[in-house]
Amino acid sequence: MAGTSPAMTDGAGARRLTLLALFALLLCLAIPAHAQVLTDTPRLSGNTPPTQPMKAPPVPPMVTNDVRQMRNYPEQPPVIPHAIDGYQLTLNTNRCLSCHARQFTPGSGAPMISVTHFMDRDGQVLIDVTPRRYFCTACHVPQADAPPLVQNTFRDSLSTGGK
Amino acid sequence: MRRIWSVALCVWGIIRRPATGLSLGFLTLGGFIAGVVFWGGFNTALEYANTEQFCVSCHEMRDNVYPELAQTVHFSNRSGVRAKCADCHVPHDWTYKIARKMQASKEVWGAIFGTIDTREKFLAKRRELAGHEWARLKANDSLECRNCHSAVAMDLTKQAPRAATLHSRYLLTGQRTCIDCHKGIAHQLPDMTGVPPGWSDEQAALGH
Repeated sequence: MAGTSPAMTDGAGARRLTLLALFALLLCLAIPAHAQVLTDTPRLSGNTPPTQPMKAPPVPPMVTNDVRQMRNYPEQPPVIPHAIDGYQLTLNTNRCLSCHARQFTPGSGAPMISVTHFMDRDGQVLIDVTPRRYFCTACHVPQADAPPLVQNTFRDSLSTGGK
Repeated sequence: MRRIWSVALCVWGIIRRPATGLSLGFLTLGGFIAGVVFWGGFNTALEYANTEQFCVSCHEMRDNVYPELAQTVHFSNRSGVRAKCADCHVPHDWTYKIARKMQASKEVWGAIFGTIDTREKFLAKRRELAGHEWARLKANDSLECRNCHSAVAMDLTKQAPRAATLHSRYLLTGQRTCIDCHKGIAHQLPDMTGVPPGWSDEQAALGH
């Protein structure tokens, strides 16, 4: 441009240089991180290349014996010991709450959802389940009788003597 | 009005006069054959209106309720038995079937005038429509369920303990019927606010 002063051109050049340097820095950071993802994380789908079709493993049987399982640590959401196939959990209806809601537990004999599920984010206890706890299966899941996909070294702190 | 009356009188005159040119054999045999053709055609049309293909030819069914059924156990399961629309929504027994088909003329009206021709209209009406089916199945003691699932043939020892307990407490004693607890087994449920669980006393208070 005809009206551009030398000072302004220098300023633009410096900015471009800074941008280039930043970009190079980002590239340097990104490449090793990406390589690490490829090498270190065991993939749940096994060693088959991601673009190859895989044979689906047989679906393991679900644990549906209605026996309440011990929690592996105090804050663990209890697992579901019964089938939930076809249970509708939508904005319109919540099949879980038709037994586990406070008002239905005397008839159903199901455990009531804990008091934390009635608390809003300020700790205020509401009359019914709070919206942030409405979708049960976000935390509570049924269990399948299946070998773990990746090795797990978790040990209960009771047995490790954590006192 | 007078012209219609005179035409009706003329037709009546033709009908009540004995046939002069046609033989008794032609009239009886012809009448018999025409009857067979008419009755066969009527039943064929009736059966065609019971097919899945016919139901999903309306976009109201194809886009809303049919894809929901396709995700449930009544559509795809380990034994490969499939319940089609009419298996649950049309009675098998002739009298009740005809009654249901006559009711369905309201649905033809709805299809022509677009009562639920958009997803929004359908969702707004879903509670009412589901309510009709719940009421129908409640009134006939879940007859369409029982066409396949009989309480007598149910082996409670093969059921999960919870299911066996509830079935022997509520189903076998006749205190409840299938639809009381098994709502929404083939379709998405509407807003269930105010609809008590099937086994609860509130549901029992609604009566059969």
